[in-house]
Amino acid sequence: MKINKNIAISDTGFVFNPLNGESYSINPIGIEIINMMKEDKSFEDITHTMLTKYTVEDATFEKDYFDFIGILKHHNLIDTNEQA
Amino acid sequence: MEKLRYERPVIKKLEAGMPNKFGLRTEYTPMTHIDGVAVKDLVKDYGSPLYVISETTIRSTINKAKKAFTTRYPKVQFAWSYKTNYLNAVCNVFHQEGSWAEVVSGFEYEKALRNGVDGKKIIFNGPDKSEADLRKAIENESLIHIDHLDELYTILEITETIDKRPKVAIRVNMDTGTYPVWDRFGFNYENGQAWDALNKIMRSGKLELVGLHCHIGTFMLAASAYAIAAGKLADLAIGIEQKYNHCIKYIDMGGGFASKNTLKGSYLPGSDTNPTFDDFAEAITTALINSNFKNNELPTLILETGRALIDEAGYLIGSVIANKRTSLGKRTTIIDVGVNLLFTAFWYEHKMTPAQPFTHYTETSQVFGPLCMNIDVIRENIDLPLLNKGDQVVISTIGAYNMTQWMQFITLRPNIVMIDTEEKVHLVRENEKLESITDLEKMPEHLKKFDL
Repeated sequence: MKINKNIAISDTGFVFNPLNGESYSINPIGIEIINMMKEDKSFEDITHTMLTKYTVEDATFEKDYFDFIGILKHHNLIDTNEQA
Repeated sequence: MEKLRYERPVIKKLEAGMPNKFGLRTEYTPMTHIDGVAVKDLVKDYGSPLYVISETTIRSTINKAKKAFTTRYPKVQFAWSYKTNYLNAVCNVFHQEGSWAEVVSGFEYEKALRNGVDGKKIIFNGPDKSEADLRKAIENESLIHIDHLDELYTILEITETIDKRPKVAIRVNMDTGTYPVWDRFGFNYENGQAWDALNKIMRSGKLELVGLHCHIGTFMLAASAYAIAAGKLADLAIGIEQKYNHCIKYIDMGGGFASKNTLKGSYLPGSDTNPTFDDFAEAITTALINSNFKNNELPTLILETGRALIDEAGYLIGSVIANKRTSLGKRTTIIDVGVNLLFTAFWYEHKMTPAQPFTHYTETSQVFGPLCMNIDVIRENIDLPLLNKGDQVVISTIGAYNMTQWMQFITLRPNIVMIDTEEKVHLVRENEKLESITDLEKMPEHLKKFDL
């Protein structure tokens, strides 16, 4: 699962989609996840990193991760063609 | 290495230039403590959900109200409205502050007596007073506010068998320029019902007419309505003096002052827009002083304000059960506080503040209670910081009616604690157990056994 190539993401969490002109803001944990996705890290790798760094349980993070991915898809920020 | 606090990932579409009907974000700091006591400790010791009452806030609020009236009028008496919150601990704080008791049923009357209130300082309102209730109130020389003619005739009948002269007032309803007109309590001013009842009382010779009472509405947002009501009651009182050469002792303006809550559909928060005690006091006392009472014959002004005196002293702590999304993708948060415990969620947009640190990121959310009922909505739309399962929220300004109109429905009612003026926590009502409910039930013999 990859973030669309033409999406511009700043370090502070400002997101711009040039295809439709929409912009978004993402919180720091969201940026971390997106940056790891850009580095082609797997869900398992991302989970491991987050559980090591933050006070969160496995189940909570998994639920929040897939909820976040769902919203990224909803906003057409994920390249669905590259999905497995 | 110590782990960092987790916040769920969130992305929010930016809508520049779009005004938000629900206002800007209001929560900037978490409410980690109530009156100096940590919310986490309260939940650890007493569970969640948990009602918390601030004794300090009750005392400061009643003193604010007293100051507003006593600086404008010579004789003022507050009477605590039991139905608003009749927890004994709450009632006794008001009694310690000098409030009489205002009750609307035999049950509340008994509660006031048991709390140690002198019968002469109990005002008995309400449409449902049994003959036994009335007899007891007459024996105790309580102030009986007559709601209808059937009650008046019952009192007159009782006087045939009792060696006491009942102290009575009539409840008067009237048009005060607000909509809807509250015309269900007492006798109407405009159509002559009030005079009809007063004539019956005065001509019976068996009752002592001590006052006039009105209850013009609830959550009144116009102080001017009280000025109209006070003026009409003053006219009645002066009319009684002229006609019967009888001075009443008090005018009771009832309750109905708005608290600082925000009604649903309001654009601005109630804390900014609702009238203050000074506004109500100015309207009422100006009307009474400007009426035709002789200067040395001003009646005592009685106030039965409930909601505005206790709402801000009440908090309800809840915990997040889950976060999910609706079919349209809207964020929903389920907490362990339902409308069974927060009846006022039906008409207020209650302020909700997380009890733990949060960042400036928010999501527009719907907050549901735990009941398996579609109506169990605590907030339709609220910009909330990102809450995780297990986080606590503090719901503010809930002290009025929620601890009396609550429902034992689906779940059991939780503990109520009061934090005293020295930051000590007291359990003032224990949480219900299964037996609290089932002990009252009786099982018919033939239903005791079954095979599945």
